[in-house]
Amino acid sequence: MNLKPATLQRIDELITHYPVKRSAVLMLLHAIQEDVGYISDPAIEWVAAKLELQPINVYEVVTFYPMFRRQPIGRRHIKVCRTLSCALMGGYKTCETFEKEFNTHAGPTEVSPDGEVTVEFVECLASCGTAPVVMIDDELHEKVDCAKAKQLSDQIKTEAKKR
Amino acid sequence: MAAPEQRRIIFQHIDAPGYSNDLACYVKHGGYEILKKAVAMPPAAIIDEVKKSGLRGRGGAGFGCGLKWSLVDRKSGKPIYLVVNADESEPGTFKDRYIIHQDPHQLIEGIMVTCWANNVKQAYIYIRGEMPHGARILEQAIAEARAANFVGPNILGTSYSCEIYVHRGAGAYICGEETGLIESLEGKRPYPRIKPPYFPAVLGLYQCPTIVNNVETLCHVKHIVDMGGDNYAKIGTPNNTGTRILCVSGHVQRPGYYEYEVGKITMGQLLNEVCGGPLPGRKFKAVIPGGSSSKILRFGETFTLKNKDGSSRTLTIEDIPMDFDTLAACGTMGGSGGVIVMDDSVNMVEALANLNAFYAHESCGQCTPCREGSLWMKKITTRMVHANARAEDGQLLKSVADQIAGRTVCAFGEACSWPTQSFVAKFGDEFKAYPETKKQSKNGDALELV
Repeated sequence: MNLKPATLQRIDELITHYPVKRSAVLMLLHAIQEDVGYISDPAIEWVAAKLELQPINVYEVVTFYPMFRRQPIGRRHIKVCRTLSCALMGGYKTCETFEKEFNTHAGPTEVSPDGEVTVEFVECLASCGTAPVVMIDDELHEKVDCAKAKQLSDQIKTEAKKR
Repeated sequence: MAAPEQRRIIFQHIDAPGYSNDLACYVKHGGYEILKKAVAMPPAAIIDEVKKSGLRGRGGAGFGCGLKWSLVDRKSGKPIYLVVNADESEPGTFKDRYIIHQDPHQLIEGIMVTCWANNVKQAYIYIRGEMPHGARILEQAIAEARAANFVGPNILGTSYSCEIYVHRGAGAYICGEETGLIESLEGKRPYPRIKPPYFPAVLGLYQCPTIVNNVETLCHVKHIVDMGGDNYAKIGTPNNTGTRILCVSGHVQRPGYYEYEVGKITMGQLLNEVCGGPLPGRKFKAVIPGGSSSKILRFGETFTLKNKDGSSRTLTIEDIPMDFDTLAACGTMGGSGGVIVMDDSVNMVEALANLNAFYAHESCGQCTPCREGSLWMKKITTRMVHANARAEDGQLLKSVADQIAGRTVCAFGEACSWPTQSFVAKFGDEFKAYPETKKQSKNGDALELV
């Protein structure tokens, strides 16, 4: 495991938040995923050793929670809300627009051919009053109709070119 | 009758120009004065005020907050924990998001008052994983409050110490169920615990007495201590006291969040006046009044309810006051305050198919009736929409749903079967006619829901 010094420092601090080390599993997994992008087998073993657990105790957590992933995804992560309030305001069309723009299919492990994005159709993001909503990485975008989805896609493409 | 004015207590500063989420702004607006008042009161007196206030939990079940606190085992000798349920994930609900992002210190003050009242030394805020900014804002706000001696060791010069930490979920709806949340906070899969014996008040986090309260509920506690339980109880209606935030989404002109005295506004006033009525050229068809799990209501239906004096009254949907008790009497619930509106462009089979996909995805898989049942309900409604629909599918769906509720460890069993049961009961005609409806539809620009 090759974690950034800041991540290691954060991890040591997080463990002190709980009287029982095991409680820190989710927070450690978040910290590692934010650092290296996904949760590998060595990461599972590393977390288990760090918290004095068996690897299975970490593995069962990683495989249950939808936000943790076992492989790298696109450089940008587009999450489109699928649930009722967003769907009523056209969320399916929004998702379709992103799929077309990046020539990909929505799915937690799908990556666009250029490696730029992963489009995921996720369940309720708790911003139903501004439906349809989309999260791009950590940023929430509201009232994303097809035109705005196109605009956001263009922005991602421009940013990719600059890189 | 014209809709009453909003009464913003919890959302007083939400969207207010110039209001920021830092400590300086909060203190400038009188922040943490109530915590100072609280630590001068005996803890039991605060619990009494909350009992007198009649405050009911705003997370979904509407359980009495004072009663919940009074069930806590205080003789065990074990530490008592407070767990703040900020796992806002009931579809249609989006109120805690704004408190967390725009007014985090209001929540922290509510937490500290609650901790003082219940002799809690350690609180955790369990925030859903999809709110990374919210988690950072809370961590920052806690750090500010700690630096100012409102949180941490020996607060406000007393001998009382209490810490708050933020714990992030990772995308699982079941973590909103309080015992599932506790398991998740212990670093496990969030499989809900069976009650009895695992009532959080006795055997909660680390098998210690634990209070689990919703974000909005804890904010109310602060205002109850401010104005006194009796005065708070005068807001709203009897047994449905205080204000609550109603989140309206779906097919209305002005979706959004509105804070009203509980029971003082009717569904008709809320949707037609406050939210501006249906979209142009459309008519309201159905409404889910308290988050996606609550049973759907069909516009045009009426409810005959008994009055206390033995007489009865008949209400239309528009007449229903938005309180816990009347919505329950109408066969649904106030739940989390998430009102989802559907107009006549929506086919109810397709709307149910959308919700069934949600519940099948979110079942934790611990109990067979729920794991299998939610999946089969999804399979049936998806088949109806994308392959062959049969006139008898409504009855098939009902038979699956009827075998889930009451047969599971947690209330997810009810939550996933109530939509199917109520959609089929209220819109059975549409389910029966769906094979024909499909043949006739051109499916060009139709609203896609699943």
